[in-house]
Amino acid sequence: MSIDGSQAIVEQSPPPKTKRRQLSDRSIVNLFIWPALLLLIAMNVFPLFYSLYLGFTDYSAITRQQPQWVAFENFSKILNDELLWKYFATTGRFALLSVGLQTLVGFSLAMLVNHKFKGSGLLTTLILIPMMISPVVVGLFWKLMYNPTFGFFNFLIGYTQYLFIFSFIASLFGAYFIFKRYFKTKKIYLLLLSIIFVVYGILGLYSYISGSNLFGFLSRFLNPSTAPDMLASRFAGDPVPGLALWAVVIVDVWMWSPFVMLLVLSGLKAIPDYLYEAAAIDRASSWFQFWRITLPQVAPLLLIAILFRTIEAFKAFDLVMGMTGGGPGDQTELISVNLYRQAFLGQWRTGRASALAYIILVIIIAVSNLYIRYLNQMKGED
Amino acid sequence: MRFKYLVILTIVFMLVLSACAQPSEAPPAAEEPAAEEPMEEEPAAEEPAAEEPMEEAPAVTELNILWAQWDPADQLQQTIDQYEEVAGVKVNVIQEPWGSFGDRFFTEMAAGGDAWDMVIGDSQWLGQGATQGHYVEMTDFLTETGIKDSVTPATLTYYGEYPTGSGQYWAYPTEGDADGWAYRKDLFEDPDNMAAFEEEYGYPLDVPKTYDELWDIANFLTNPDEGMYGVAIYTQKDYDAITMGVENTMFSWGGDWADENNNVMGVVNSPENIEAVQFYRDLYECCQVPGLSNAFFTETNDAMIGGQAAMIMNYFAFLPALASPEISEYADVTGYFPNPAGPGGAQHAALGGQGMSVISYIPEERKQAAFDFIEWYAQDEIQAQFAALGGYSTNKSVVESDEFLNATPFNPAFAETMTFVKDFWNIPEYGELLEVTQRLLSQFIVEGVGTAEETMNQIAEEHDAILRDAGYIE
Repeated sequence: MSIDGSQAIVEQSPPPKTKRRQLSDRSIVNLFIWPALLLLIAMNVFPLFYSLYLGFTDYSAITRQQPQWVAFENFSKILNDELLWKYFATTGRFALLSVGLQTLVGFSLAMLVNHKFKGSGLLTTLILIPMMISPVVVGLFWKLMYNPTFGFFNFLIGYTQYLFIFSFIASLFGAYFIFKRYFKTKKIYLLLLSIIFVVYGILGLYSYISGSNLFGFLSRFLNPSTAPDMLASRFAGDPVPGLALWAVVIVDVWMWSPFVMLLVLSGLKAIPDYLYEAAAIDRASSWFQFWRITLPQVAPLLLIAILFRTIEAFKAFDLVMGMTGGGPGDQTELISVNLYRQAFLGQWRTGRASALAYIILVIIIAVSNLYIRYLNQMKGED
Repeated sequence: MRFKYLVILTIVFMLVLSACAQPSEAPPAAEEPAAEEPMEEEPAAEEPAAEEPMEEAPAVTELNILWAQWDPADQLQQTIDQYEEVAGVKVNVIQEPWGSFGDRFFTEMAAGGDAWDMVIGDSQWLGQGATQGHYVEMTDFLTETGIKDSVTPATLTYYGEYPTGSGQYWAYPTEGDADGWAYRKDLFEDPDNMAAFEEEYGYPLDVPKTYDELWDIANFLTNPDEGMYGVAIYTQKDYDAITMGVENTMFSWGGDWADENNNVMGVVNSPENIEAVQFYRDLYECCQVPGLSNAFFTETNDAMIGGQAAMIMNYFAFLPALASPEISEYADVTGYFPNPAGPGGAQHAALGGQGMSVISYIPEERKQAAFDFIEWYAQDEIQAQFAALGGYSTNKSVVESDEFLNATPFNPAFAETMTFVKDFWNIPEYGELLEVTQRLLSQFIVEGVGTAEETMNQIAEEHDAILRDAGYIE
């Protein structure tokens, strides 16, 4: 009886084990991906496309009526609405001012805390606090700060009964330093200047104590009704267009500059020391080092910070709603605030609001693309 | 290929979800009385009870009422707790914060939901509730039970009737409310102030009977050096505050939002309205507490509690805080008065408050149970109990009783005010109309831009366009 090769192999192989169900790699991948993907489709992708569809209808979320197809009517009305263009312009102005100042302040703070000094860790932590607070709380908090009668903001800009004492002390200090300078240089105008400072301080103090009005322009600081009412866009009772928008910008800068600082700081920490050492050997100035080493090295992260903040600025809603409600008039009516007003607040124009949301989305994507292209360009150069 | 499958899957999923999300057809609108709807077509949510007849036990054992989260809702709950003993039906007041009250209600209604059996909705919701079929018509019910005659006429009109003047009712007036004033009695009764005021204006310092007097007093008591200002009035732009504040003066000047044919041109921008709006702006300029450029009920109350304002405007429902010594140190010296009369003698106040409606999407037996409850709740003695707890009943006999008038220091002013209330639009388009008034009134009064005439002309034009689009004006 002959045995062929295959039989021999069968006989030599170990006895078959009980059949166990094993998941293929592909199945495991699917098991992980699909639940998340389905959730993403249900919660993000579907609403995204459904709201696009609603943008072409006259749908209202509170009526029990089918959406009626109106084609491009909503988009046409929005793009022909002068008020909405005004709100877009206000939003653009807000984004420009807010992001610009955040970049400046955030960068400066990062440069400050990048140097180790006593208490720099604590200072960094304190600086980060504003961005950890809810925007609505920040809005309400600053609403009180801006109050013209008891708010802290007007006190900080000088509307206080102690102003004359402060100015007296400041003028004496000024006179002292100018006089010291005069001693070194012997220039006569410095002597005159220091005398003017002393006289000004003494007269100011006399004015405050006697109640006389020697310095009318300073006396107005003592009267709260002449202080700026930032949220009402008024200064000394007179309308000052744009003051309310500045009030919101200041708060946004206060709140989000730490975010820019954080990203810039991580960029600063990553710059190798040898670059500065080499520059120092070449006797490069501080300005040259900043312009040619610090800024280019930090630029990618700074640009990411700017990108995030620009997107957020276009979406700014809660802070404005908490502080001004879009007023006075429509001075702080940002496009997101108006979107909310059209979608809810008794109007419930869901179709039109969806169309407006898409227009905002397109603008944000366009602006983001500009940043991203520039960022990629910078990376390519590297 | 994978991307292709993903796109196909997404589209299929969207279609399935959108199919599920499609709202059903709208039920009969305002013109068709709910009583005529065929009962057989209602979904029989309580069918098991019908299959197993329980003659002794009531078919419905629990009812839910949706209302905003505030003190009157607690007072209502306390009043109606006894209904379980009386009728074997537990009635719950479901409270929703003011900010999301409207959103929650209308989204539920859009889905034809039956989460609540009744709602105590804003007067401005009447148009939507009636025309979109959310509310059951109550005309026959209110007439047959005599409830219609038990409440003050103005509240029946503004909380229950739609369209106004039609004689069709959709809600039982539940919580009366309107704008009134609180003032600092100590300042008004201060001998120095009294003498100085009389010397300056030639008449004694007292509660203002006209807006001219209110103007004089506000100016007289405004003293920035002492941190005291004449008034705190509504200026908030967010929703409806500045419009409600301004219409107090508009109505009292003899103006209105439209004539009986819904015409607005020449009505909104009438000389009376222009003068009234100018008065409101002047009052804001001269005597408003600084910082109240976006003020509603909280901010005006705070101005009084903080000792900054001599007189504040507010809805009566928010005045109890000012009478509480635990909240306000001026509680004992705070007095209350109704809106003064305008130059022509007309006296009106902007309406607040709400009416109770039965939801049309609940089963028939629940509707009947809801009507039974309202009939019980509208009784004079139950209304007296609600008022005793601090609720603002609309029941005539309660509001006119000495017991009610003496219950709180602000009740006499409230009772007087409820005889001359007027309201903003209550048609479904009220939100669009409101956006225009809020924007333009805030612009003129707070921002200080333009003239009263330009503002009212602009409002008239924009209102006219909205009403024409909606078919109210041909």
